[in-house]
Amino acid sequence: MSTDVMKGYRKIVYLSFPPETSSRPIVCNLARLFDLSFNILKAKIHPRHDGSMVLEISGLEENFHKGVNYLKESGLQVESVARKIFRDEDSCVHCGMCTALCPTKALELDLVTRKVQFDPERCSACGMCRRICPVNAMTVDIEENGLHV
Amino acid sequence: MSGYSVNKTISEINERIQKGKAVVLNAEEMVKVVREQGKVKAAQEVDVVTTGTFSPMCSSGILFNIGQEPPVMKVSELYLNNVPAYSGFAAVDAYLGATEPATDDPLNKVYPGRFSYGGGHVIEDLLRGKRVHISAKAYGTDCYPRRTLEKDVFLSDLPDAWLLNPRNCYQNYNCAVNMSSRTIYTYMGPLKPNCRNANFATAGQLSPLLNDPYFRTIGLGTRIFLGGAVGWVIGAGTQHNPRPQRNDRGVPTVGAGTLMLKGPLKKMSPRYVRGVSITGYGCSLSVGVGIPIPILNEEIAWFAGVSDEDIDMPIKDYGYDYPNGLPRILGHATLAQLKSGKIKVGDMSTVSVPITSYTMSLEIADTLKSWIQDGSFTISTPQEPIEST
Repeated sequence: MSTDVMKGYRKIVYLSFPPETSSRPIVCNLARLFDLSFNILKAKIHPRHDGSMVLEISGLEENFHKGVNYLKESGLQVESVARKIFRDEDSCVHCGMCTALCPTKALELDLVTRKVQFDPERCSACGMCRRICPVNAMTVDIEENGLHV
Repeated sequence: MSGYSVNKTISEINERIQKGKAVVLNAEEMVKVVREQGKVKAAQEVDVVTTGTFSPMCSSGILFNIGQEPPVMKVSELYLNNVPAYSGFAAVDAYLGATEPATDDPLNKVYPGRFSYGGGHVIEDLLRGKRVHISAKAYGTDCYPRRTLEKDVFLSDLPDAWLLNPRNCYQNYNCAVNMSSRTIYTYMGPLKPNCRNANFATAGQLSPLLNDPYFRTIGLGTRIFLGGAVGWVIGAGTQHNPRPQRNDRGVPTVGAGTLMLKGPLKKMSPRYVRGVSITGYGCSLSVGVGIPIPILNEEIAWFAGVSDEDIDMPIKDYGYDYPNGLPRILGHATLAQLKSGKIKVGDMSTVSVPITSYTMSLEIADTLKSWIQDGSFTISTPQEPIEST
């Protein structure tokens, strides 16, 4: 697979596994059946055997949609990470502290305007910004162990 | 004779302000004017330079009075939304410090602690017009018989409320790195191990005390922008260092001068007074301060023309050196380098991260500029100088 194809389409998704699916090999089939490559950014199986995973998927756009449909047919809930993370624009003071820990540069300081740019499409929903934002401007709407992180 | 080729007085400048004729620049604009036209021309042309900063300033708090509800009371213990305030004053006076956590805060027991609510947040809540619960206890005296008081108040219910900050506006500060092998959570923000980020807290060329490094114009009684209202410098702050090391341009190369500030809380805006939670460290208050510098002569113009390239910040290790009180400085980085997003620490290239909002600092300098331009804010004459050599 050439790297050009890999760059064709790229998206970070959040998968929720109901208890009956978390023990089955499903994600690996994205590569086997749909020629997609994936990078596991975060994965967890909870005590009640439900699970969650943050995946960065890349490949052809057509294959991406087929792959996502396959995941859904297998019983997984698939959501775009970008829709799970929010910044309260009124609250943010653009200090820049979050950029110290953001691993994907979804939060990055614009060196000209000195404002913190937020690109949810690059976000892996790790939650570090939420943990350190001094004015609590970030919200990560992801459930873990039945609790909001 | 003063020996300067430009000699202006504060009253001349105020006359021009009142006539709407004063030339006012923010400190960023002044850099260019001094660089291109020279200090003498700049001093002739420019009357006032406005500075600004917006950053967590832990040594802040409010001095207030809660009013009596007869039978009267001499409070000995006081809580605002469960955050303790100091009440070892007369009757119903108290002081609430910005870094005081709520009594039931888990602190760092689950590390790193969140410190989601403390003194700084109470101050912001009051400014946002929110209801704040007061709980007070007293031992009771013949003249002050009341033992307990529980009531909800708004800021407008408090007979007096002053923002009174013992130490603000640090003139230069450390750039923090972490040479240890684990992530640490400091008042300078999170620091990744092995020097993988360098955090700095200053508005640089906009910063009040870097534009007047020898306190030639700033002293007790200087009228300023404080939290969106008009406040005053009431002297040197705690830990003020009047004799720091300086670079060729007179800019201190270590943390140096500080200011004590006071202003009317009821006239302030929550946009410029924000409660903050610094993970693993504690609660604090981000305070917006803007100080006008009257350009009385070419030397003051030269100092106010300071640029990010002229400011050297000391790089310190917060992994071992700082907590153990070791004075070692790993090197210096100019603010221009720090603002580029990358600096060198020894041989290592490290990502530099600001924790002072430059955009808010600029907004404050520009707001103060507009107050002066529309004639509503004039320059005060300091009554006592602040020592600095």
